[in-house]
Amino acid sequence: MKNKKIIQSAVSSLIFPLVSIIVAMLVAVIFVMWAKHISFIKGFQVMFKAIWNGSFGRKDNFIETLVYVIPLLFTGLANAVAFKTGLFNIGVEGEFMISIAVGAIVGTIQGIPPVIHVILVLISGTLAGVIWAGIVGYLKAKVGSNEVVNSIMMNYIALYFSNYLVMGPFNQKGLAQTADIQPSAMLWRFLGENYRLNIGIFIGLLMVVLVYIFFWKTTWGYEIRAVGINQYAAEYGGINIKKNIILAMAISGGIAGLGGAVYVSGIQHHAIQMVSFTGYGFDGIAVALLAKNNPIGVIFSALLFGALNTSSISLQMANIPKQIVFLIQAIILIFVASDYVYKWIAEKRRKGALLNE
Amino acid sequence: MNNAGIPIIVALLASTLRLATPLIFAALGGLFSEKSGVVNIGLEGMLTIGAFFAVYGSFKTNNPWIGIVFAIVSGAAIAAVHAFLSIHLKADQTISGVAINIFAAAITSYLLMVLFNRQGQTDGVTSLYYPKEAMLKIPVLGKFLAELNWYVFIAIALVIVTNYIFYKTPLGLRIRAVGEHPKAADTLGISVYGIRYLCVILSGALAGLGGASLSLSNTNIFREGMVSGKGFIAIAAMIFGNYKPFGALWACLIFALADAFQIVAQGLGWPFPSEFYSAIPFIITMIVLSGFVGKTVPPAADGIPYEKGEK
Repeated sequence: MKNKKIIQSAVSSLIFPLVSIIVAMLVAVIFVMWAKHISFIKGFQVMFKAIWNGSFGRKDNFIETLVYVIPLLFTGLANAVAFKTGLFNIGVEGEFMISIAVGAIVGTIQGIPPVIHVILVLISGTLAGVIWAGIVGYLKAKVGSNEVVNSIMMNYIALYFSNYLVMGPFNQKGLAQTADIQPSAMLWRFLGENYRLNIGIFIGLLMVVLVYIFFWKTTWGYEIRAVGINQYAAEYGGINIKKNIILAMAISGGIAGLGGAVYVSGIQHHAIQMVSFTGYGFDGIAVALLAKNNPIGVIFSALLFGALNTSSISLQMANIPKQIVFLIQAIILIFVASDYVYKWIAEKRRKGALLNE
Repeated sequence: MNNAGIPIIVALLASTLRLATPLIFAALGGLFSEKSGVVNIGLEGMLTIGAFFAVYGSFKTNNPWIGIVFAIVSGAAIAAVHAFLSIHLKADQTISGVAINIFAAAITSYLLMVLFNRQGQTDGVTSLYYPKEAMLKIPVLGKFLAELNWYVFIAIALVIVTNYIFYKTPLGLRIRAVGEHPKAADTLGISVYGIRYLCVILSGALAGLGGASLSLSNTNIFREGMVSGKGFIAIAAMIFGNYKPFGALWACLIFALADAFQIVAQGLGWPFPSEFYSAIPFIITMIVLSGFVGKTVPPAADGIPYEKGEK
């Protein structure tokens, strides 16, 4: 009996994101039809072939998909943690960016033994993220200023500050980037140097497990969730709201920062001057929402968004504007936002069932 | 732009007004939406959509005024999606707004490919004519007025109109009632959904116009990323302005002054990196928000979906 209930709830929580994805894909086909002046069936075939080949169908592309998944695991988790507390940390992007710059700088220091150097890079990136998000959390808790607006501002400040670091004191002469980090600061690429896939993906998966344990097996996690569900009830129950808001933002920023550090030490190996945002932090919002802020779900939605991002190259080769993948992501998000429809349908059904009795 | 022969203070004030214009439109849009109780974080996307379609309209018809109509209609249309999601479907309004922002960036980038066959930016189109020469002939203020554009006057006029609507008309009273206490308003026979739809769509139309003021004024192209946070700064200005039209106007002017100062300061040769000046408006926004937010009061029902017949 208990098992049946668990399966039922698992199925019903899976149906919703799956339907969103399918509908978003179908809507995207319309845009493919328009761009290429072809029929729906043809557009469907061309788009899915391009996305499949570009993401999972070929070995090289599949490995590259996993490379994309790495930062999304972290930014998705970071957003999920904030959402769980009832906060909206739109600043994951900035925390991710600033820790790329900080990680790159720490990574260029010479003469640190290999393993220790990597750990130092990861810790410094995490700290950068904690500080960046902590400022927003502190202002929210102590002054009450809107965390959404503040974290957006922190994104821009991160953009300009990291550009200053990259182009100013830590610039590699003649290039719009920092120097490459020392080999001792690089994460191990376990498929050889031809592939960018590195052990960062396991760090990401480990974080998923840690966040899961933290939220559902510790008192701290319980308090944070309680604040997210009902602030007033939590406060009545003796939980310190302000402390938990700052803590949740710091954890969220720390995960985002760790992601940035993993990105620089495993994938990019230096920080570059940015014209605009990396996009990983914003994608992380969609990743978290599609996963309904469930850490385990983040793995699957990161895989989906990673696959979509990777397939933009093969879409372009099929003469489909690569913007299609962003459209799909936006439409998925619109459907996720409107999940009330599903509740409404469920309610109607229940009412109908009552009447029939 | 050739600023030769203009005193630096005049250039600074004129560019402050020019930079404030898109913010004012968007902030007024935000006001309508939030006064009626719907959080609109999608202003950024609505500005983007408006900026794109203004250029597209002018590109198609060679008439910039039709471009402006395109901008208003497209902004209203995307706002209607936000309205539907947040009013009827009771979506989380922040998520819906974020979705609108991502969608706007994606769709304009896509349309750039499909309609202009370009990446990054459009071709130049017919821009809005502004009688600079005639303005120069006006005594005393001539040099200042010549540096402005039509949008500046429209924006300031709209601040006055909005203030009048909110505080002097029955419609304004209804909007505020719906935002403060929808249940009471409903009891008195005011259509909560109707007012909210009207306000959110109006906010999109205003933000669309704001987009046009970005792309089709002193410039005549749409560039990806040209909005770059102006929608969010407008939201901050609206909050800082204590949810009042004139408050928002002053707040927008302060942010625009910080922005304009950045351009002037880079010419002064002070030993700060250029990135520092670029970050100033965002730093000021944070400081100002944190210093004043305790004294601002959002509408009581802001962000809460209204359910008819709920006890």
